[in-house]
Amino acid sequence: MLKLSRYVLYDILRSKIVIAYTIFLFAVSLSMFQMEENSSKAMLSLLNIVLIVLPLVSLVFTTIHYYNSYEFIELMSSQPMSRTRILLSEYAGVAISLLSAFLIGVGIPVLLLAPNDIGFALLFSGVCLTLVFTSIAFFAAVIARDKARGIGFALLLWFYFALIYDSLVLLILFSFSDYPLEKITLLLSALNPIDLGRIFIMLKMDVSALMGYTGALYKDFFGSGTGILFTTGIMLLWIIVPLWLAVRKFRKKDL
Amino acid sequence: MIRIENISKRFKKLQVLDNISVGFEKGQVISLIGPNGSGKTTLIKSILGMVKPNSGKIFVGEKIIDTDPAYRKIIGYMPQIGRYPDNMKIGQLFSMLKQIRKTENNQTDEELIKKFELEKIFDKPMRTLSGGTRQKVSAAIAFLFDPAILILDEPTAGLDPLASEILKQKIIAEKKKDKLILITSHILSDLDEITTHVMYMQEGKMQFFKDIGTLQEETGELRLGKAIARIMKGDLINTNWIDKMFEPKNDEKIY
Repeated sequence: MLKLSRYVLYDILRSKIVIAYTIFLFAVSLSMFQMEENSSKAMLSLLNIVLIVLPLVSLVFTTIHYYNSYEFIELMSSQPMSRTRILLSEYAGVAISLLSAFLIGVGIPVLLLAPNDIGFALLFSGVCLTLVFTSIAFFAAVIARDKARGIGFALLLWFYFALIYDSLVLLILFSFSDYPLEKITLLLSALNPIDLGRIFIMLKMDVSALMGYTGALYKDFFGSGTGILFTTGIMLLWIIVPLWLAVRKFRKKDL
Repeated sequence: MIRIENISKRFKKLQVLDNISVGFEKGQVISLIGPNGSGKTTLIKSILGMVKPNSGKIFVGEKIIDTDPAYRKIIGYMPQIGRYPDNMKIGQLFSMLKQIRKTENNQTDEELIKKFELEKIFDKPMRTLSGGTRQKVSAAIAFLFDPAILILDEPTAGLDPLASEILKQKIIAEKKKDKLILITSHILSDLDEITTHVMYMQEGKMQFFKDIGTLQEETGELRLGKAIARIMKGDLINTNWIDKMFEPKNDEKIY
Protein backbone atom coordinates (compact mmCIF):
# COMPACT_ATOMS: atom_id res chain seq x y z
CA MET A 1 0.00 0.00 0.00
CA LEU A 2 2.81 2.35 0.85
CA LYS A 3 4.21 2.03 -2.65
CA LEU A 4 1.31 3.87 -4.21
CA SER A 5 0.98 6.36 -1.33
CA ARG A 6 4.58 7.34 -1.74
CA TYR A 7 4.03 8.44 -5.31
CA VAL A 8 0.72 10.14 -4.52
CA LEU A 9 2.46 11.99 -1.71
CA TYR A 10 5.34 12.93 -3.94
CA ASP A 11 2.93 14.29 -6.53
CA ILE A 12 0.97 16.38 -4.01
CA LEU A 13 3.98 17.76 -2.17
CA ARG A 14 5.17 19.32 -5.39
CA SER A 15 1.85 21.00 -6.11
CA LYS A 16 1.74 24.74 -5.60
CA ILE A 17 -1.43 24.63 -3.54
CA VAL A 18 0.11 22.64 -0.71
CA ILE A 19 3.19 24.85 -0.70
CA ALA A 20 1.02 27.97 -0.62
CA TYR A 21 -1.06 26.48 2.20
CA THR A 22 2.06 25.77 4.25
CA ILE A 23 3.40 29.28 3.74
CA PHE A 24 0.01 30.77 4.61
CA LEU A 25 -0.23 28.83 7.87
CA PHE A 26 3.35 29.69 8.74
CA ALA A 27 2.85 33.41 8.07
CA VAL A 28 -0.39 33.53 10.05
CA SER A 29 1.11 31.71 13.05
CA LEU A 30 4.19 33.90 13.13
CA SER A 31 2.26 37.15 12.78
CA MET A 32 -0.15 36.12 15.54
CA PHE A 33 2.73 35.54 17.91
CA GLN A 34 4.36 38.81 16.81
CA MET A 35 1.25 40.92 17.27
CA GLU A 36 0.19 39.67 20.67
CA GLU A 37 2.48 40.11 23.63
CA ASN A 38 0.64 37.42 25.53
CA SER A 39 1.22 34.06 23.89
CA SER A 40 -2.04 32.76 25.31
CA LYS A 41 -3.98 35.46 23.47
CA ALA A 42 -2.08 34.71 20.29
CA MET A 43 -3.01 31.09 20.72
CA LEU A 44 -6.69 31.98 20.97
CA SER A 45 -6.58 33.90 17.68
CA LEU A 46 -4.62 31.11 16.08
CA LEU A 47 -7.17 28.63 17.37
CA ASN A 48 -9.99 30.39 15.59
CA ILE A 49 -8.10 30.41 12.32
CA VAL A 50 -7.14 26.77 12.64
CA LEU A 51 -10.71 25.74 13.36
CA ILE A 52 -12.08 27.54 10.30
CA VAL A 53 -9.30 27.18 7.74
CA LEU A 54 -8.09 23.64 8.39
CA PRO A 55 -11.41 21.87 7.76
CA LEU A 56 -12.12 24.05 4.72
CA VAL A 57 -8.77 23.44 3.05
CA SER A 58 -8.82 19.74 3.88
CA LEU A 59 -12.31 19.33 2.40
CA VAL A 60 -11.80 21.35 -0.76
CA PHE A 61 -8.27 20.19 -1.51
CA THR A 62 -9.13 16.52 -1.03
CA THR A 63 -12.23 16.68 -3.19
CA ILE A 64 -10.39 18.46 -6.00
CA HIS A 65 -7.49 16.05 -5.73
CA TYR A 66 -9.84 13.09 -5.96
CA TYR A 67 -11.47 14.34 -9.14
CA ASN A 68 -8.17 15.33 -10.71
CA SER A 69 -6.79 11.87 -10.10
CA TYR A 70 -9.92 10.14 -11.32
CA GLU A 71 -8.36 8.79 -14.52
CA PHE A 72 -5.29 7.77 -12.57
CA ILE A 73 -7.47 5.91 -10.07
CA GLU A 74 -9.14 4.28 -13.05
CA LEU A 75 -5.78 3.17 -14.40
CA MET A 76 -4.76 1.83 -11.01
CA SER A 77 -7.97 -0.16 -10.79
CA SER A 78 -7.06 -1.85 -14.08
CA GLN A 79 -3.88 -3.09 -12.38
CA PRO A 80 -3.87 -6.06 -10.02
CA MET A 81 -4.73 -3.90 -7.03
CA SER A 82 -7.83 -3.99 -4.90
CA ARG A 83 -10.08 -0.96 -4.74
CA THR A 84 -9.68 -0.78 -0.97
CA ARG A 85 -5.95 -0.54 -1.35
CA ILE A 86 -6.21 2.18 -4.00
CA LEU A 87 -8.51 4.38 -1.93
CA LEU A 88 -6.57 3.92 1.29
CA SER A 89 -3.31 4.74 -0.50
CA GLU A 90 -4.86 7.89 -1.89
CA TYR A 91 -6.12 8.78 1.59
CA ALA A 92 -2.71 8.21 3.13
CA GLY A 93 -1.04 10.34 0.46
CA VAL A 94 -3.42 13.28 0.82
CA ALA A 95 -3.57 13.09 4.63
CA ILE A 96 0.19 12.95 5.05
CA SER A 97 0.75 15.92 2.76
CA LEU A 98 -1.89 18.06 4.50
CA LEU A 99 -0.53 17.02 7.89
CA SER A 100 3.00 17.96 6.97
CA ALA A 101 1.75 21.35 5.74
CA PHE A 102 0.04 21.87 9.11
CA LEU A 103 2.95 20.63 11.18
CA ILE A 104 5.42 22.85 9.34
CA GLY A 105 3.12 25.87 9.09
CA VAL A 106 1.70 25.84 12.62
CA GLY A 107 3.72 23.20 14.44
CA ILE A 108 7.13 24.83 14.11
CA PRO A 109 6.06 28.33 15.30
CA VAL A 110 4.06 26.86 18.19
CA LEU A 111 6.87 24.59 19.31
CA LEU A 112 9.36 27.46 19.12
CA LEU A 113 7.28 30.23 20.66
CA ALA A 114 4.73 28.55 22.91
CA PRO A 115 5.74 25.00 23.77
CA ASN A 116 3.16 24.49 26.51
CA ASP A 117 -0.02 22.52 27.25
CA ILE A 118 -2.19 24.77 25.12
CA GLY A 119 0.23 24.55 22.21
CA PHE A 120 0.20 20.76 22.24
CA ALA A 121 -3.59 20.72 22.54
CA LEU A 122 -3.77 22.99 19.50
CA LEU A 123 -1.47 20.72 17.48
CA PHE A 124 -3.39 17.63 18.58
CA SER A 125 -6.72 19.15 17.54
CA GLY A 126 -5.25 20.36 14.25
CA VAL A 127 -3.90 16.93 13.37
CA CYS A 128 -7.22 15.28 14.26
CA LEU A 129 -9.27 17.82 12.30
CA THR A 130 -7.09 17.42 9.20
CA LEU A 131 -7.51 13.65 9.29
CA VAL A 132 -11.24 13.87 10.02
CA PHE A 133 -12.05 16.29 7.23
CA THR A 134 -9.84 14.51 4.70
CA SER A 135 -11.79 11.39 5.50
CA ILE A 136 -15.16 13.19 5.22
CA ALA A 137 -14.06 14.72 1.91
CA PHE A 138 -13.21 11.29 0.49
CA PHE A 139 -16.68 10.17 1.45
CA ALA A 140 -18.25 13.21 -0.25
CA ALA A 141 -16.12 12.77 -3.38
CA VAL A 142 -16.87 9.06 -3.73
CA ILE A 143 -20.63 9.42 -3.44
CA ALA A 144 -20.98 12.53 -5.63
CA ARG A 145 -21.13 11.89 -9.35
CA ASP A 146 -19.20 14.86 -10.72
CA LYS A 147 -16.70 17.46 -9.62
CA ALA A 148 -19.18 20.32 -9.12
CA ARG A 149 -21.48 18.23 -6.97
CA GLY A 150 -18.57 16.83 -5.01
CA ILE A 151 -17.09 20.23 -4.17
CA GLY A 152 -20.57 21.61 -3.48
CA PHE A 153 -21.28 18.77 -1.11
CA ALA A 154 -17.93 19.26 0.62
CA LEU A 155 -18.57 23.00 1.07
CA LEU A 156 -22.04 22.28 2.41
CA LEU A 157 -20.54 19.95 4.99
CA TRP A 158 -18.07 22.64 5.98
CA PHE A 159 -20.87 25.20 6.41
CA TYR A 160 -22.74 22.70 8.51
CA PHE A 161 -19.86 21.82 10.81
CA ALA A 162 -18.29 25.28 11.06
CA LEU A 163 -21.35 27.53 11.16
CA ILE A 164 -24.79 25.95 11.11
CA TYR A 165 -24.16 23.35 13.79
CA ASP A 166 -23.34 25.95 16.43
CA SER A 167 -26.53 27.87 15.74
CA LEU A 168 -28.51 24.67 16.02
CA VAL A 169 -26.91 23.90 19.37
CA LEU A 170 -27.65 27.43 20.59
CA LEU A 171 -31.24 27.08 19.42
CA ILE A 172 -31.64 23.85 21.33
CA LEU A 173 -30.04 25.32 24.45
CA PHE A 174 -32.34 28.35 24.37
CA SER A 175 -35.53 26.41 23.67
CA PHE A 176 -34.87 23.94 26.44
CA SER A 177 -33.14 26.26 28.87
CA ASP A 178 -35.57 25.21 31.64
CA TYR A 179 -34.14 21.71 31.66
CA PRO A 180 -30.73 20.54 32.87
CA LEU A 181 -28.77 20.24 29.62
CA GLU A 182 -25.18 19.81 30.77
CA LYS A 183 -24.90 16.16 29.83
CA ILE A 184 -26.63 16.76 26.53
CA THR A 185 -24.33 19.60 25.54
CA LEU A 186 -21.46 17.28 26.24
CA LEU A 187 -22.99 14.77 23.86
CA LEU A 188 -23.77 17.44 21.27
CA SER A 189 -20.16 18.56 21.24
CA ALA A 190 -19.09 15.03 20.31
CA LEU A 191 -21.27 15.18 17.21
CA ASN A 192 -19.14 17.92 15.69
CA PRO A 193 -15.38 17.42 15.45
CA ILE A 194 -14.74 21.16 15.19
CA ASP A 195 -16.58 21.82 18.47
CA LEU A 196 -14.80 18.95 20.09
CA GLY A 197 -11.46 20.37 19.03
CA ARG A 198 -12.39 23.83 20.23
CA ILE A 199 -13.57 22.68 23.66
CA PHE A 200 -10.51 20.53 24.05
CA ILE A 201 -8.21 23.52 23.56
CA MET A 202 -10.34 26.12 25.34
CA LEU A 203 -10.35 24.10 28.54
CA LYS A 204 -6.59 24.27 28.63
CA MET A 205 -6.89 28.06 28.67
CA ASP A 206 -7.95 30.46 31.41
CA VAL A 207 -10.98 31.58 29.43
CA SER A 208 -12.80 28.42 30.47
CA ALA A 209 -13.49 30.13 33.78
CA LEU A 210 -15.79 32.48 31.89
CA MET A 211 -18.02 29.70 30.67
CA GLY A 212 -19.96 29.32 33.92
CA TYR A 213 -21.43 26.12 35.20
CA THR A 214 -21.22 24.23 31.87
CA GLY A 215 -17.62 25.33 31.64
CA ALA A 216 -16.96 23.85 35.06
CA LEU A 217 -18.60 20.60 34.04
CA TYR A 218 -16.58 20.55 30.83
CA LYS A 219 -13.41 21.27 32.69
CA ASP A 220 -14.19 18.48 35.09
CA PHE A 221 -14.75 16.07 32.24
CA PHE A 222 -12.29 17.10 29.53
CA GLY A 223 -9.57 18.01 31.99
CA SER A 224 -9.48 14.45 33.30
CA GLY A 225 -7.80 11.45 31.72
CA THR A 226 -11.15 10.05 30.59
CA GLY A 227 -11.80 13.35 28.82
CA ILE A 228 -8.64 13.02 26.76
CA LEU A 229 -9.45 9.42 26.00
CA PHE A 230 -13.00 10.44 25.08
CA THR A 231 -11.77 13.15 22.71
CA THR A 232 -9.25 10.84 21.06
CA GLY A 233 -11.83 8.07 20.73
CA ILE A 234 -14.49 10.29 19.19
CA MET A 235 -11.94 11.83 16.81
CA LEU A 236 -10.83 8.35 15.76
CA LEU A 237 -14.46 7.44 15.09
CA TRP A 238 -14.79 10.60 13.00
CA ILE A 239 -11.74 9.51 10.98
CA ILE A 240 -12.63 5.86 10.56
CA VAL A 241 -16.38 5.93 9.95
CA PRO A 242 -16.48 8.27 6.91
CA LEU A 243 -13.42 6.57 5.44
CA TRP A 244 -14.97 3.15 5.94
CA LEU A 245 -18.22 4.33 4.31
CA ALA A 246 -16.18 5.78 1.42
CA VAL A 247 -14.29 2.50 0.91
CA ARG A 248 -17.53 0.52 1.05
CA LYS A 249 -19.12 2.72 -1.59
CA PHE A 250 -15.95 2.84 -3.71
CA ARG A 251 -15.72 -0.94 -3.90
CA LYS A 252 -19.14 -1.20 -5.50
CA LYS A 253 -18.81 1.85 -7.68
CA ASP A 254 -18.61 1.89 -11.47
CA LEU A 255 -15.56 3.83 -12.50
CA MET B 1 -9.33 -17.03 -22.17
CA ILE B 2 -12.16 -14.65 -21.59
CA ARG B 3 -15.68 -15.98 -21.35
CA ILE B 4 -18.62 -13.67 -20.90
CA GLU B 5 -21.96 -15.14 -19.90
CA ASN B 6 -25.17 -13.16 -20.15
CA ILE B 7 -23.93 -9.90 -18.76
CA SER B 8 -26.25 -6.93 -18.56
CA LYS B 9 -25.56 -3.45 -17.31
CA ARG B 10 -27.99 -0.62 -16.82
CA PHE B 11 -27.07 2.99 -16.01
CA LYS B 12 -30.31 4.46 -14.67
CA LYS B 13 -32.71 4.16 -17.62
CA LEU B 14 -30.09 3.38 -20.22
CA GLN B 15 -29.45 -0.27 -21.00
CA VAL B 16 -25.74 -0.17 -21.85
CA LEU B 17 -25.11 -3.90 -22.10
CA ASP B 18 -27.97 -6.20 -22.95
CA ASN B 19 -27.47 -9.88 -22.25
CA ILE B 20 -24.10 -10.33 -23.94
CA SER B 21 -22.46 -13.74 -24.15
CA VAL B 22 -19.22 -14.31 -26.00
CA GLY B 23 -15.92 -16.15 -25.70
CA PHE B 24 -12.45 -15.02 -26.74
CA GLU B 25 -9.50 -17.36 -27.20
CA LYS B 26 -5.78 -16.73 -27.31
CA GLY B 27 -4.28 -15.94 -30.67
CA GLN B 28 -7.30 -13.89 -31.60
CA VAL B 29 -7.25 -10.19 -32.35
CA ILE B 30 -10.78 -8.99 -31.83
CA SER B 31 -11.99 -5.70 -33.20
CA LEU B 32 -14.81 -4.39 -31.10
CA ILE B 33 -16.80 -2.17 -33.40
CA GLY B 34 -19.95 -0.16 -32.97
CA PRO B 35 -21.30 3.39 -32.98
CA ASN B 36 -20.63 5.77 -30.10
CA GLY B 37 -22.51 4.73 -27.01
CA SER B 38 -22.99 1.15 -28.13
CA GLY B 39 -21.40 -0.20 -24.96
CA LYS B 40 -17.89 -1.08 -26.19
CA THR B 41 -16.04 0.73 -23.43
CA THR B 42 -18.49 -0.54 -20.82
CA LEU B 43 -17.86 -4.10 -21.96
CA ILE B 44 -14.10 -3.58 -21.69
CA LYS B 45 -14.46 -1.98 -18.28
CA SER B 46 -16.59 -4.89 -17.12
CA ILE B 47 -13.82 -7.30 -18.05
CA LEU B 48 -11.38 -5.15 -16.10
CA GLY B 49 -13.69 -5.04 -13.09
CA MET B 50 -14.04 -1.27 -13.30
CA VAL B 51 -17.75 -1.52 -14.05
CA LYS B 52 -19.79 -4.02 -12.09
CA PRO B 53 -22.46 -5.65 -14.29
CA ASN B 54 -25.99 -6.00 -12.89
CA SER B 55 -26.15 -9.64 -13.88
CA GLY B 56 -24.08 -12.31 -15.61
CA LYS B 57 -20.62 -13.77 -15.16
CA ILE B 58 -17.21 -13.03 -16.62
CA PHE B 59 -14.38 -15.55 -16.59
CA VAL B 60 -10.80 -14.55 -17.26
CA GLY B 61 -8.43 -17.49 -17.67
CA GLU B 62 -11.01 -19.99 -16.31
CA LYS B 63 -11.47 -17.96 -13.13
CA ILE B 64 -14.62 -16.01 -12.43
CA ILE B 65 -13.83 -12.38 -11.66
CA ASP B 66 -14.98 -11.19 -8.28
CA THR B 67 -13.25 -9.25 -5.56
CA ASP B 68 -9.78 -10.78 -6.02
CA PRO B 69 -7.80 -8.37 -8.21
CA ALA B 70 -5.06 -10.93 -8.99
CA TYR B 71 -6.59 -11.92 -12.34
CA ARG B 72 -5.58 -8.53 -13.73
CA LYS B 73 -1.95 -9.63 -13.63
CA ILE B 74 -2.36 -11.15 -17.08
CA ILE B 75 -4.10 -8.09 -18.54
CA GLY B 76 -2.56 -4.98 -20.04
CA TYR B 77 -4.96 -2.09 -20.53
CA MET B 78 -4.64 1.08 -22.54
CA PRO B 79 -7.41 3.54 -21.70
CA GLN B 80 -9.15 5.88 -24.11
CA ILE B 81 -8.02 8.95 -22.16
CA GLY B 82 -4.87 8.67 -20.10
CA ARG B 83 -4.42 11.29 -17.41
CA TYR B 84 -1.77 11.02 -14.79
CA PRO B 85 -0.88 12.95 -11.63
CA ASP B 86 0.28 16.40 -12.72
CA ASN B 87 3.60 16.51 -10.93
CA MET B 88 4.57 12.90 -11.42
CA LYS B 89 7.43 12.35 -13.84
CA ILE B 90 7.17 9.81 -16.62
CA GLY B 91 10.06 7.78 -15.23
CA GLN B 92 8.39 7.70 -11.82
CA LEU B 93 5.15 6.44 -13.32
CA PHE B 94 6.96 3.50 -14.86
CA SER B 95 8.98 2.71 -11.75
CA MET B 96 5.81 2.93 -9.64
CA LEU B 97 4.00 0.46 -11.88
CA LYS B 98 6.98 -1.88 -11.81
CA GLN B 99 6.90 -1.82 -8.03
CA ILE B 100 3.19 -2.41 -7.81
CA ARG B 101 3.14 -5.12 -10.41
CA LYS B 102 6.16 -7.24 -9.69
CA THR B 103 6.64 -9.90 -12.35
CA GLU B 104 8.61 -13.07 -12.05
CA ASN B 105 12.32 -12.34 -12.48
CA ASN B 106 11.36 -8.70 -13.08
CA GLN B 107 10.98 -9.12 -16.80
CA THR B 108 9.43 -6.19 -18.56
CA ASP B 109 8.84 -5.41 -22.20
CA GLU B 110 10.28 -1.96 -22.78
CA GLU B 111 10.24 -2.04 -26.56
CA LEU B 112 7.58 0.65 -26.86
CA ILE B 113 9.35 2.91 -24.36
CA LYS B 114 12.42 2.74 -26.57
CA LYS B 115 10.61 3.08 -29.89
CA PHE B 116 8.52 6.02 -28.72
CA GLU B 117 11.72 7.54 -27.31
CA LEU B 118 10.11 8.09 -23.94
CA GLU B 119 13.38 7.67 -22.08
CA LYS B 120 14.51 11.09 -23.24
CA ILE B 121 11.59 12.71 -21.45
CA PHE B 122 11.64 10.51 -18.35
CA ASP B 123 12.15 13.49 -16.04
CA LYS B 124 9.37 15.61 -17.50
CA PRO B 125 6.30 16.03 -15.32
CA MET B 126 3.09 14.55 -16.74
CA ARG B 127 1.27 17.88 -16.87
CA THR B 128 3.62 19.21 -19.55
CA LEU B 129 2.86 16.39 -21.98
CA SER B 130 0.68 16.67 -25.05
CA GLY B 131 -2.29 14.40 -25.54
CA GLY B 132 -0.40 12.30 -28.07
CA THR B 133 2.60 11.79 -25.81
CA ARG B 134 0.31 10.76 -22.98
CA GLN B 135 -1.26 8.27 -25.34
CA LYS B 136 2.22 6.88 -26.05
CA VAL B 137 2.82 6.54 -22.31
CA SER B 138 -0.50 4.68 -21.95
CA ALA B 139 0.45 2.33 -24.75
CA ALA B 140 3.87 1.65 -23.27
CA ILE B 141 2.25 0.87 -19.91
CA ALA B 142 -0.21 -1.59 -21.46
CA PHE B 143 2.60 -3.61 -23.05
CA LEU B 144 5.07 -3.20 -20.18
CA PHE B 145 4.38 -6.43 -18.31
CA ASP B 146 4.15 -8.67 -21.35
CA PRO B 147 0.54 -9.64 -20.48
CA ALA B 148 -1.30 -12.56 -22.06
CA ILE B 149 -4.34 -10.39 -22.70
CA LEU B 150 -4.15 -6.89 -24.16
CA ILE B 151 -7.11 -4.57 -24.05
CA LEU B 152 -6.70 -1.42 -26.11
CA ASP B 153 -9.42 1.24 -26.10
CA GLU B 154 -9.06 3.51 -29.14
CA PRO B 155 -5.30 2.99 -29.27
CA THR B 156 -4.50 5.03 -32.36
CA ALA B 157 -6.73 8.04 -31.69
CA GLY B 158 -4.46 11.03 -31.15
CA LEU B 159 -1.26 9.35 -32.24
CA ASP B 160 0.74 10.71 -35.15
CA PRO B 161 1.08 8.43 -38.20
CA LEU B 162 4.57 7.35 -37.23
CA ALA B 163 3.65 6.42 -33.66
CA SER B 164 0.48 4.81 -34.90
CA GLU B 165 2.52 2.61 -37.22
CA ILE B 166 4.94 1.64 -34.43
CA LEU B 167 1.99 0.64 -32.26
CA LYS B 168 0.45 -1.36 -35.09
CA GLN B 169 3.68 -3.26 -35.67
CA LYS B 170 3.87 -3.97 -31.96
CA ILE B 171 0.32 -5.32 -31.95
CA ILE B 172 1.17 -7.60 -34.89
CA ALA B 173 4.28 -8.83 -33.08
CA GLU B 174 2.24 -9.61 -29.97
CA LYS B 175 -0.37 -11.36 -32.05
CA LYS B 176 2.32 -13.75 -33.27
CA LYS B 177 3.11 -14.59 -29.66
CA ASP B 178 -0.36 -16.13 -29.40
CA LYS B 179 -1.86 -13.46 -27.22
CA LEU B 180 -5.45 -12.36 -26.96
CA ILE B 181 -5.85 -8.78 -28.12
CA LEU B 182 -9.05 -6.80 -27.84
CA ILE B 183 -9.21 -3.49 -29.70
CA THR B 184 -11.92 -0.90 -30.06
CA SER B 185 -11.51 1.69 -32.74
CA HIS B 186 -13.48 3.85 -35.08
CA ILE B 187 -10.63 3.93 -37.54
CA LEU B 188 -11.39 0.71 -39.35
CA SER B 189 -8.52 1.04 -41.81
CA ASP B 190 -6.13 0.74 -38.85
CA LEU B 191 -7.67 -2.56 -37.89
CA ASP B 192 -7.57 -4.04 -41.37
CA GLU B 193 -4.19 -5.76 -41.23
CA ILE B 194 -4.37 -7.00 -37.67
CA THR B 195 -7.88 -8.23 -36.99
CA THR B 196 -8.80 -11.91 -36.92
CA HIS B 197 -12.31 -11.50 -35.54
CA VAL B 198 -14.94 -8.79 -35.52
CA MET B 199 -17.45 -8.23 -32.76
CA TYR B 200 -20.10 -5.75 -33.70
CA MET B 201 -22.19 -4.04 -31.04
CA GLN B 202 -25.19 -1.80 -31.25
CA GLU B 203 -27.26 -0.29 -28.45
CA GLY B 204 -25.77 -2.65 -25.91
CA LYS B 205 -26.51 -5.78 -27.91
CA MET B 206 -24.00 -7.93 -29.71
CA GLN B 207 -25.06 -8.01 -33.34
CA PHE B 208 -22.50 -10.56 -34.48
CA PHE B 209 -19.14 -12.12 -33.71
CA LYS B 210 -17.41 -13.48 -36.80
CA ASP B 211 -13.94 -14.23 -38.00
CA ILE B 212 -12.65 -12.02 -40.74
CA GLY B 213 -12.66 -14.76 -43.40
CA THR B 214 -16.35 -15.46 -42.96
CA LEU B 215 -17.07 -11.77 -43.02
CA GLN B 216 -15.19 -11.27 -46.28
CA GLU B 217 -16.92 -14.25 -47.78
CA GLU B 218 -20.39 -13.16 -46.77
CA THR B 219 -20.00 -9.62 -47.98
CA GLY B 220 -17.64 -10.13 -50.88
CA GLU B 221 -15.54 -7.22 -49.64
CA LEU B 222 -11.91 -7.49 -48.67
CA ARG B 223 -11.63 -4.31 -46.67
CA LEU B 224 -13.04 -4.34 -43.17
CA GLY B 225 -14.68 -0.93 -43.43
CA LYS B 226 -16.56 -1.81 -46.58
CA ALA B 227 -17.53 -5.23 -45.31
CA ILE B 228 -19.01 -3.78 -42.14
CA ALA B 229 -20.73 -1.06 -44.09
CA ARG B 230 -22.29 -3.62 -46.40
CA ILE B 231 -23.67 -5.57 -43.49
CA MET B 232 -25.05 -2.48 -41.87
CA LYS B 233 -26.59 -1.32 -45.12
CA GLY B 234 -28.60 -4.50 -45.24
CA ASP B 235 -30.74 -3.42 -42.36
CA LEU B 236 -29.73 0.27 -42.36
CA ILE B 237 -29.13 0.42 -38.64
CA ASN B 238 -27.31 3.66 -38.33
CA THR B 239 -26.88 5.65 -41.49
CA ASN B 240 -24.79 8.41 -40.02
CA TRP B 241 -22.12 6.08 -38.96
CA ILE B 242 -21.94 4.35 -42.33
CA ASP B 243 -21.14 7.65 -43.99
CA LYS B 244 -18.26 8.14 -41.63
CA MET B 245 -16.77 4.81 -42.54
CA PHE B 246 -16.76 5.64 -46.21
CA GLU B 247 -14.52 8.59 -45.65
CA PRO B 248 -11.23 8.30 -47.52
CA LYS B 249 -8.26 7.05 -45.62
CA ASN B 250 -6.37 10.33 -45.25
CA ASP B 251 -9.34 12.01 -43.58
CA GLU B 252 -9.64 9.33 -41.02
CA LYS B 253 -8.68 11.46 -38.03
CA ILE B 254 -11.90 13.46 -38.36
CA TYR B 255 -14.79 12.08 -36.41
